[in-house]
Amino acid sequence: MLEIKGLEASIGDKQILRGIDLVVPSGEVHAVMGPNGAGKSTLGYVLSGRAGYEATAGLATFNGADLLDIEPEERAALGLFLAFQYPVELPGVGNANFLRTALNALRRARGEAEMDAPGFLKLARAEMKRLSMPDDMLKRNVNVGFSGGEKKRNEVLQMAILRPKLAILDETDSGLDIDALRIVADGVNALRGPDFSALVITHYQRLLEYIVPDRVHVLVSGRIIRSGGPELALELEANGYAGMVADAA
Amino acid sequence: MSASVPTTRLQATADAFLTRFAGIKASLPGDKSLRERAAATVRSKGLPGPREEAWRYTQLRPLTDVTFETPLHADVDAQALLGRLPEIAAPHLVFVDGRFRADLSTASSMVRTGAPSFGSGARPDFDPMVALNTMLAEDGVAISVPHDVDGGTIVLASLATGQNGRAIAFHPRHSVNLADGAKLTLIEIGLGDGVYFHNPVVTVSVAHGASLTHLRLQTESEQAFVLSTVYADVASDGTYDSFQLATGGRLARAEIHATLSGPNAIAHLNAAQLLAGSQHADFTTIVSHDAPNCASRQTVKTVLTGKSRGVFQGKIEVARAAQKTDGYQMNQALLLSPDAEMDSKPQLEIYADDVKCSHGATVGELDAEQLFYLRSRGVPEAEARAMLVRAFLDEALEAITHEAGRAAMETAIAHWWDRQA
Ligand SMILES: Nc1ncnc2c1ncn2[C@@H]1O[C@H](COP(=O)(O)OP(=O)(O)OP(=O)(O)O)[C@@H](O)[C@H]1O
Ligand SMILES: [Mg+2]
Repeated sequence: MLEIKGLEASIGDKQILRGIDLVVPSGEVHAVMGPNGAGKSTLGYVLSGRAGYEATAGLATFNGADLLDIEPEERAALGLFLAFQYPVELPGVGNANFLRTALNALRRARGEAEMDAPGFLKLARAEMKRLSMPDDMLKRNVNVGFSGGEKKRNEVLQMAILRPKLAILDETDSGLDIDALRIVADGVNALRGPDFSALVITHYQRLLEYIVPDRVHVLVSGRIIRSGGPELALELEANGYAGMVADAA
Repeated sequence: MSASVPTTRLQATADAFLTRFAGIKASLPGDKSLRERAAATVRSKGLPGPREEAWRYTQLRPLTDVTFETPLHADVDAQALLGRLPEIAAPHLVFVDGRFRADLSTASSMVRTGAPSFGSGARPDFDPMVALNTMLAEDGVAISVPHDVDGGTIVLASLATGQNGRAIAFHPRHSVNLADGAKLTLIEIGLGDGVYFHNPVVTVSVAHGASLTHLRLQTESEQAFVLSTVYADVASDGTYDSFQLATGGRLARAEIHATLSGPNAIAHLNAAQLLAGSQHADFTTIVSHDAPNCASRQTVKTVLTGKSRGVFQGKIEVARAAQKTDGYQMNQALLLSPDAEMDSKPQLEIYADDVKCSHGATVGELDAEQLFYLRSRGVPEAEARAMLVRAFLDEALEAITHEAGRAAMETAIAHWWDRQA
């Protein structure tokens, strides 16, 4: 279970998050929607520990463990995974090496045996097949020269291989074609279960037809101004944020 | 008073080498007049100082802190050093403290041992380190690969024992000659302990259609002075493909002169320098395009920690006749500490009008976003940094196709990184 209470965060001197309260129970998928610049990505970065995104008040725990006090890799070891809105290119780092290093780092942190190269390749190939990704993407450098949609699929591939307990998907649907959207949604749905929860950040109701959320939250100017069931996304689609912001004020 | 007082410490050091020459010259092998001419150069020019343009960023001043003694060659035990050589299944030519050791080496019909091999092409009149080497060279090998023969791989190793605290200088002189259509991979490895001065000169001649892969692994003592010079001449359709990894030396410089003297010749002068503490390393290249349709490629990567200092000087000269020259030079440095420094001096001198020459230089730090991306996937910080440093070196390493040579480089890089942790 992810629990966020009164979370405030700043980038430099600029306060972005102004008191977020949010609980995502294990087994649930919650959607976060909100206008550009509202602080959605910031929330993902603060939870995953990016330098420069400083929590100034409040707390965030995952299954009881304080997230904000530990290193990014320790958060990953607890089961946190952030699918980046803008996946990072790593020239000189092969995708297979990257994935295996990450997987084995997590396995080590959890006290499990490392996976050897053949075992890893088998796993990776199977997951790539499910995501309709060509095999040669394993050989290429991480995200280098990948199209926008390919980068997003590569994020989902990482998630499928690393099997997080809490996934934050930051606009993973943006830039995906219709078929890819379905494939990515299937990838997330495949992980759903009592020990998995997710925070799905999106601008589009369409994704939520494929990944049906338990709750929808509306984040505006660093605060969650409304929460509701999946129907809230439909309401936003029809009326936009403007009316809702006025109501909340 | 008859003896003149040396005006500079560099001159005092040069004088000490001249004194050594006077003492051993009667017993030095080879052409006496060549030695005397080199000595005359050392006498008139001394060791290069800061006013010399080619040595502006690399100063030999620290060399003058050391008094070099006469080497003791009896009973030097090189077993421990031998154990530090990477495993490469190929004939080995092993030098210990500058002397060829037949007992540790593999005989080969392509190799002549027992005396320095001066070759041709090196310029003792022009290059002060070559002059010093030419004056004092006591040993070396000549490697010759006949017409159309694939000579496989040869390892040329220099092990320095440190002589139980006795600082010595050695100036091996080697030549490598590939006849038309010949092939060879030469893996040069330098390692050692303690304080010493290693000043090797290698002359390389690659004839028509021949191809030399020259891999150099410089993992010498961090107290050593290592000043190496290569003169390579590449004839038509020939290839000189070189890569050097340098992690050793207190003060190190690798200077390579490559002349593309026939059409369609190719030279690759790639390098990686990994520096820590107060190390200083310099990679200096002079590529002369003397014939049309030749290509040269240089990818040079330097990683610096501590207060280390890196230098890259790359000169590409394109003669009037060298039309359709394709020259490429990329020099990148990764500063892992605020106190490290990189100096870089690219130089293009182009006298032909139809050429393609490009050069670029960057100095940067590890990318915070990339580091976070890796850590967010669970990769611990130290390992993430190691991955990004290795990734930074990739473009320089990817050109190495020799498997064992490449593995040796990878191991040396990993060891270097482990020592920084
Ligand atoms: N490095 C930074 N320095 C200053 N301001 C920043 C920085 N990064 C983000 N911001 C600001 O923080 C605010 C929140 O940004 P954030 O990326 O979290 O928005 P978002 O809700 O994800 O928007 P979008 O829907 O466009 O992705 C924005 O106003 C943005 O300009
Ligand atoms: Mg965003």
